[in-house]
Amino acid sequence: MKAFKRIKGLVFPLDRANVDTDAIIPKQFLKSIKRSGFGPYLFDELRYKDHGEPGMDCTNRPLNMDFPLNWPRFQGAQVLLARDNFGCGSSREHAPWAIENYGFGVVIAPSFADIFFNNCFQNGLLPVVLPAPTVDRLFKECLATEGYTLEVDLERQTVTTPSGEAIPFEVNPHRKHCLMMGLDDIALTLQHADEIRAFETKHKSAQPWLFA
Amino acid sequence: MAGQTLYDKLWRSHVVREDADGTTLLYIDRHLIHEVTTPQAFEGLRLSGRRAWRANSVVATADHNTPTSDWDQGIKEEVARLQVEQLDANIKEFGALVYFPFRHANQGIIHVIGPENGTTLPGMTVVCGDSHTSTHGAFGALAHGIGTSEVEHVLATQTLVAKKSKAMLIKVDGPLGKGVTAKDVALAIIGKIGTAGGTGCAVEFAGSAIESLSMEGRMTLCNMAIEAGARAGIVAPDDKTAAYLKGLTHAPKGADWDKAVAYWKTLKSDADARFDSVVEIKAAEIEPQVTWGTSPEQVLAVGGRVPDPSQEADPQKRASITRSLAYMGLTAGTPLVDIKLDKVFIGSCTNSRIEDLRAAAVVARGQKKASSIKRVLVVPGSGQVKRQAEAEGLDKVFLDAGFEWREPGCSMCLAMNADRLEPGERCASTSNRNFEGRQGPGGRTHLVSPAMAAAAAIAGHFVDIRSFGERS
Repeated sequence: MKAFKRIKGLVFPLDRANVDTDAIIPKQFLKSIKRSGFGPYLFDELRYKDHGEPGMDCTNRPLNMDFPLNWPRFQGAQVLLARDNFGCGSSREHAPWAIENYGFGVVIAPSFADIFFNNCFQNGLLPVVLPAPTVDRLFKECLATEGYTLEVDLERQTVTTPSGEAIPFEVNPHRKHCLMMGLDDIALTLQHADEIRAFETKHKSAQPWLFA
Repeated sequence: MAGQTLYDKLWRSHVVREDADGTTLLYIDRHLIHEVTTPQAFEGLRLSGRRAWRANSVVATADHNTPTSDWDQGIKEEVARLQVEQLDANIKEFGALVYFPFRHANQGIIHVIGPENGTTLPGMTVVCGDSHTSTHGAFGALAHGIGTSEVEHVLATQTLVAKKSKAMLIKVDGPLGKGVTAKDVALAIIGKIGTAGGTGCAVEFAGSAIESLSMEGRMTLCNMAIEAGARAGIVAPDDKTAAYLKGLTHAPKGADWDKAVAYWKTLKSDADARFDSVVEIKAAEIEPQVTWGTSPEQVLAVGGRVPDPSQEADPQKRASITRSLAYMGLTAGTPLVDIKLDKVFIGSCTNSRIEDLRAAAVVARGQKKASSIKRVLVVPGSGQVKRQAEAEGLDKVFLDAGFEWREPGCSMCLAMNADRLEPGERCASTSNRNFEGRQGPGGRTHLVSPAMAAAAAIAGHFVDIRSFGERS
C-alpha cells in the first residue's frame, strides 16, 4: 500500500448527503477482477450522459456538465469534501479504489458508513471526520473561492484552510501508523500467528462443532 | 460492574489480542465468499505466496453475476463469465468447506445458502465481502460485511483487525398487526432512525415482536440492519433458532449438539447489560411500508402520500427530497396507492426464502398480473428454496398469475446480470436498496414486503395488503 503523509490540494465539494457506493462506482464495473483502472468510472452515472460499461474509453464520452466534478475549476482535485453518511450501501472496495484511482487522497465528511471508512485505510485513502458545522463552513468557503485548497497533514492530524486555520481531527493510532508507513495489515497480523494458533486451539476445544 | 450485552459476549469470545488503543485481532469462524468481491483478494494471496489459513471456514457460491434463466446456455456476458470462472479456479486452488458453483443444485444467494446448510451457527463470527452479511445475525452470530482487502486478510490470517462498535438496542414490543411483516418492521425502523442511525453500532433487536418472528423473518430484519448503517444486527438465539438448525447438514450432531445448545442458551444480553443507546418501538404502530425515494429511510406507511419538500425545514433534507422526487418521477402529495408500476421483483437476500414465496403466492393464487405490468420476476434464493416451492406448487401459482419463475441468484436486486429495469421504469421490489440506478440505470425502485409486491403486481399499483382481499 502506498504511504500517506500529507496532501495540499484542490477541493471538490460534493454537496449531497448519503452518497452511496452504487453512485460512487456502479455495479457493472464490479465485474473486473483487477484493483486498478476504476478512476475514469468514478461517479459514472452522474458524470456522463451515456451509459458506461467496463473497459470503455471515457475520453470522448459526453460529460454531464450539471455534475460539478466536470467543471473546469475542479479539475485536478485531490480533496473530496462530502456530507453525512458518505459511502453508505454495499461493501464494494471498488468505491475507494475508484476515488483513489481518480486522484483523490482525502475524503472529508461529517460521517462515513463503517465499511467504506475501513476500506479507505486499506488503500492509502484518508477519511477525515470533521464536525458538521465545520464541514458546512468549508463547503461555503470552497464554493465562494475558485482554486480553494486544503492541506491535510496526517502526522499533525490537521486540516489547514487557505487562511491558515488548522482544524484538528481524530484518527485511530493503529490506522494512522499503517497509513503513514504504507504497511500491509496482513504482514503485521502474521507477526502474531502464534497467538492466533493458541486462540484457535482453545476455541476448538470449547466449540469443536465450529471446526467440523 | 454492569452485565454484558450479547454483542459483548460475541466479541469477547473471539478476541485473539487487543492493543492499548482498543485495536483488536478478532478470530473469524465463518468466511462467506462470492465471485464479485474476492478475485482481487485471492490474487493478493497468490502474489504474496500465502495460503488460506483455514479453508474449511469458507462457504462459497456464485450469485451476483449468474443468470436466472437459460442456465443451459451458460453466462453470455464475457466479463461476468470470467469472474465466475475465476471463482471456480480460486476455490479449487485455495479450498472451501462448501462450494456451490454456478448451476449446482444447491447454488443460490450466499446469505440464503449459508443458513439453510447449517454453516451459520449461534456464537459464530461471520464475515463476507458483502454488506448484507448482517443477515446471519439472526442466529445470534456476530456477522458483518467487509471489504476485499479484509477478505484477503481473513483468508490469510483467519482474523480481522477491528475495533469494538457501540451497542444499540432496538426493542419492538407487542403483537404485529395484520399484513405487517419483518420487512415492514425493518423499513419502519430505518424510517425512524435513518440510514445512518446505526452507524458505528452493533444493533441487538429484541422485544416480543422480534421474538415472535420466524428465523426467516429475523434474517430479513437483520439483513436490513446495514441499511440503517449498523455494523451488525443481532437477535439472541432461542428455541426457534435451535429448531431451525437441528439436522441441517453442517449443524452440530450427537453430543456436540447438546453441548452447543447449552452454550447457545448463554448467548443473550444480561438483564443488567448496558447499551450505548436504546430505541423503543411499539409494534402496533408499524403499518405495511413503501419507500418513495432513493434511500431506504425515505419510507412511509402505505396509506401515506409522497412528501412535499417545501414542508421540510432542514435545507439539506429539503434538497434531498427534491432530488429524490425528480429522480423517482413523483409529485408531492400523491397517495402512495396511486403510484403505478411497470415491473415487480420478488427475490434478493432480503426476501427470497420459502416463507417469502409462500406469502407472495397467497396473494397471487387465482389472480392475474395487471395488464399494465410488463414483467413480474420471482427469483428463489437458492436451489433448495426453489425445489421446496415447486414441491408446494408455488411455481404453478406464480406462472398461472403471469409471473416468471426463475433460477436462483441475486438477480434484479442489483442488476449485475441481465435482470434489470430500463431507464424510467418503476418497480415494486422486495430487495433492500432503492438507490439511484440500483436496479438498472434510471430505474425507479420502491421497497416493499413480498405480499405487498405480489398485490402490486395484481393491481398494477400499490395497495394496502390489509384490505387487498376485500378489493379483489
